[in-house]
Amino acid sequence: MKLTLKIWRQGGKYKGEFVSYVLDKVSEHMSFLEMLDVLNEELVEKKETPVSFEHDCREGICGSCDMVINGQPHGPMRGTTTCQLHMRHYNDGDTIVIEPFRAKAFPVIRDLVVDRSSFDRIIQAGGFISVDTGQAQDANNTPIEKTTASEAFDAATCIGCGACVAACPNASAMLFTSAKVAHLSMMPQGKVEAKRRVQAMVKQMDEEGFGMCSNVTACEAECPKEISVENIAKMNREYISAVFGSETSV
Amino acid sequence: MSLTGLFLISFLVIHLIGNLQLLIDDEGEKFNLYAEFMTTNPVIKTVSYLLYFSILLHAVQGWMIWRKNRAARGQGYAVKVTRGAKGNSPKVAKAMGWIGTVVFIFLLLHLYQFWFQMKLDVIEYVEYNGESVKDLYSLVSVTYEDITFVIIYVLSMAVIAFHLLHGFQSAFQTLGLNHKKYTPFIKTVGTLYAILIPLGFAIIPLYMYFLL
Ligand code: HEM
Ligand code: SF4
Ligand code: FES
Repeated sequence: MKLTLKIWRQGGKYKGEFVSYVLDKVSEHMSFLEMLDVLNEELVEKKETPVSFEHDCREGICGSCDMVINGQPHGPMRGTTTCQLHMRHYNDGDTIVIEPFRAKAFPVIRDLVVDRSSFDRIIQAGGFISVDTGQAQDANNTPIEKTTASEAFDAATCIGCGACVAACPNASAMLFTSAKVAHLSMMPQGKVEAKRRVQAMVKQMDEEGFGMCSNVTACEAECPKEISVENIAKMNREYISAVFGSETSV
Repeated sequence: MSLTGLFLISFLVIHLIGNLQLLIDDEGEKFNLYAEFMTTNPVIKTVSYLLYFSILLHAVQGWMIWRKNRAARGQGYAVKVTRGAKGNSPKVAKAMGWIGTVVFIFLLLHLYQFWFQMKLDVIEYVEYNGESVKDLYSLVSVTYEDITFVIIYVLSMAVIAFHLLHGFQSAFQTLGLNHKKYTPFIKTVGTLYAILIPLGFAIIPLYMYFLL
């Protein structure tokens, strides 16, 4: 199939603008990233700068293939990353607009690549367990009920891609932060630092300049791991109880 | 936001019960006596100051969040599609700032038309059993003889309905109350509330215009 791609180019000779490319002979079996690889090969042959985009695992688990495709982070399919999106969902003659994730807290580095270290700093603020959790066999000795374990696991599937921020009309990072808070606070090992963690992570999230949640639920709709907004309620609950009901302050 | 919102939600129920007395066929006696009680009782007076404060706080916070959230995006998208999670429409949620602002403008008009006239004391008095009270009933019924005000009022109730359709359940989510076990219940109650309460308010001027 033949496609027209309108891609945001920024850096080098590009000031920040959309550039149109026509790409022929796109196979429906290609993934979206493979399609971009083909485009980049053509650009390199023409001695032009290839389009920068991030990728790593190409199997939906690393969360680096960020881009907004025709207005949707990771494209139109629910529960998928860009690397898992295939060209069979497009038709010959389609025009596809590709932009970077947009948020004050995710500045564009080049073309489609944004700096998501604001997420790293949220994790550094409290997204970890610092008590001794022992060796692998100790994990099996820690009693945890099946439903709780599953809920914690669901929250733990967050890959930190940032699609929630990109999709949210307020560029809020509540889904990401709450997935981490909910995951860790449901585990017996994580409960120890729960009161400090939630306050520290929320504080960092606010300092990074993300917007405030107004319960639009666009994050859940676009999340490649289909993390539920129930986690946001869990985090709010935990935050209220940590601020008003505990001695711990951050 | 959620606390002031919920306070306003409970206020609306009381306000509606009070207003429904306008429909009683007694030339406004019950309603006027009720209005007299509401404006003189010290407890109610204290609560009313809390109410004015809540409306202002809610509106100011709403506008501040609205501004902050726009800034958090920075450069906007050339193309943007917003979907909601299953069973949620993002349309009303996205428009809360605008919707709330329309509600605020309506409140200004509404307070000017009735509350301010009461405070200024430019209102007629009536006597019931030797007690002289302000005839708010007549002011209301004269106001809603004008079809323009009836239309403004009814449309404003529709806007409030949309505000509450999102706001009611949103407040619970904000307070951390979202759970498979009771969220369906909150959503049902919220939807019923958001439709029935504004509808109840809207019936009053319609009744006064068409049937009195
Ligand atoms: C004075 C005019 C009003 C303005 C300007 C206004 C504005 C807003 C805004 C902007 C929001 C969204 C907040 C957010 O996205 O986080 C909101 C939420 C809300 N509003 Fe209003 N509103 C007004 C009046 C009312 C009234 C009269 C009620 C109730 C009867 C009400 C109930 C609510 C509720 C329950 C929420 C949800 C709170 C939450 O999500 O935490 N509002 N309002
Ligand atoms: S919550 Fe979902 S959309 Fe947000 S960072 Fe995690 S995986 Fe990505
Ligand atoms: S490249 Fe790893 S999730 Fe897409």
